[in-house]
Amino acid sequence: MFVKQLSIFLENTEGRLDEVLKILAQGGIDLLSASLADTTEFGVLRLISKEPDKAKQILKDAGFAARIDEVIAVVVPDAVGSLAKVVGMIHAAGINISYIYGLSIDGEGAPIAIKTDDNAKAEGLLNAAGVTTLGMEDLQ
Amino acid sequence: MIWNEAKECMSRDEIEALQSARLVKVVNRVYHNVEYYRKKMQAVGLEPGDIKGIEDLDKLPYTTYQDLRDTYPFGLAAVPRSEMVRVHASSGTTGKPKIAVYTRRDIDIWAECVARCLSMAGITRDDIIQVGYGYGLFTGGLGAHYGAEYLGALVLPMSTGNTQKLIDMMIDCDVTSIACTPSYLLHVAEDLEKAGLIDKIKLKSAICGAEPWTNEMRDQMEQRLNIKAYDIYGLTEMMGPGVACDCEYHKGLHIWEDHFLPEIIDPSTLKQLPKGSDGELVITNLTKEGMPLIRYRTKDLTSIEYDKCECGRTMARIQRFRGRSDDMLIIRGVNVFPSQVEAALLTVEGTTPHYMLVVDRVDNTDTLEVQVEVAENAFTDEISSLEKLSKEIHAKLKQAIGLNAKVKLVEPNGLEHFDGKSKHVTDKRKLYQ
Repeated sequence: MFVKQLSIFLENTEGRLDEVLKILAQGGIDLLSASLADTTEFGVLRLISKEPDKAKQILKDAGFAARIDEVIAVVVPDAVGSLAKVVGMIHAAGINISYIYGLSIDGEGAPIAIKTDDNAKAEGLLNAAGVTTLGMEDLQ
Repeated sequence: MIWNEAKECMSRDEIEALQSARLVKVVNRVYHNVEYYRKKMQAVGLEPGDIKGIEDLDKLPYTTYQDLRDTYPFGLAAVPRSEMVRVHASSGTTGKPKIAVYTRRDIDIWAECVARCLSMAGITRDDIIQVGYGYGLFTGGLGAHYGAEYLGALVLPMSTGNTQKLIDMMIDCDVTSIACTPSYLLHVAEDLEKAGLIDKIKLKSAICGAEPWTNEMRDQMEQRLNIKAYDIYGLTEMMGPGVACDCEYHKGLHIWEDHFLPEIIDPSTLKQLPKGSDGELVITNLTKEGMPLIRYRTKDLTSIEYDKCECGRTMARIQRFRGRSDDMLIIRGVNVFPSQVEAALLTVEGTTPHYMLVVDRVDNTDTLEVQVEVAENAFTDEISSLEKLSKEIHAKLKQAIGLNAKVKLVEPNGLEHFDGKSKHVTDKRKLYQ
């Protein structure tokens, strides 16, 4: 039960981010979350939307390199130390976390996206410990 | 000063008679000693007897870079192994270098040619000269070195890579002349200025070559270092530096016509053009023993002036180079073909054949940026794997062209495409204007 994330390769040039977002808006894509990882040369824009496949096609047609990956959408309980617990569990199982960012999805707790080198195992152990994770249907 | 007046100031008739006699000899030599040339001549129904003088030059087939590759390493050698005393190779490529083979006599003639050039730049046996070209397979270091010794000057074989030591010894040893690339000399000038040492040097002249340079660069060098700068031309395939050089009148580079027979051809029709025409420079080795090349296409675009120069020399003058008839770039003295970059990129998974070489000159040093489109299958959501890709490309390029290039990953279709064919080079240096 993962969430599909759309990533887009961007050169670090002026107005590039603006352009991508405008193209998606014109295509009627409703964005739920955005995270930008960047270096001095380039950036990777990671987006969560209800229609990732459609969004990918729109960007492909516009000449961008875009791809879809699955990330775990974890609902972190609203209490001190909750995120540390979640990360601690994944770490203890020997799973590497590639990146984390916050999701803006309505509901209880603080939903975050986590990408690991073994999403299935990580989600399984989180669920077993009573931590809620979301799927695409939860975004509707 | 004219080093060898008997040769350098011959009348046009004398030059042509000497060239004709030598051309007949060298054609006979390659026909009988080099199977590759014999077959090439036979393929066009040519026998050595058909070449009676320079008027028959255009009957002979051309030699190209590809011929050198096809016969690598010794397929074009015209002497037995025991007669060879040295090998040099063109810079840059690690895959298939262009090599040259020399006999002892070839080395002597080369030294004399370089001595003529140095003499043209006013250098005498009383001078102290630093050779700042790389020593090794590259012809620059040893070529300039042997020429300067032949002249009788005192030589400091600095090679490349240690500018501080070069500056220290330039001052300590009262160095009066330097042979190096023009961009390196400007770099040295900058360091001297920064250290406030300009008035401590005794430098009078510089012999610069191995890369194209502009009159503006000459003005800069001359003013900043208070010297006279001369342009020396050469190519490994023919000999090395010293094929031609410019005199104090800077009216073109005097080519040593008793050893090198120049002509200008149309690179598209491959027809020889009348004297004075613009086109591609083609040179024939008249005296080389080790690996004489017949009608070697240099791919350099220029014209040749034959009138007597104010300096007194009659040797023809190669005019300013206007570019190249192929896509070869000279970056920091290293020959780079876009095709080498392409071949290297194809070994890196995840890159498309779309790339662009951006060459510039920043603070007098050539810079190379290779922009590579990230193919969809190479793109990942993780920064670290993209950085890994960038590093891998850098390493492969270093291996292929011998230069540290700045690698820039760009969006697919981020580079300009023309008629389905990509434009692969943006040279911002404007060397040929």
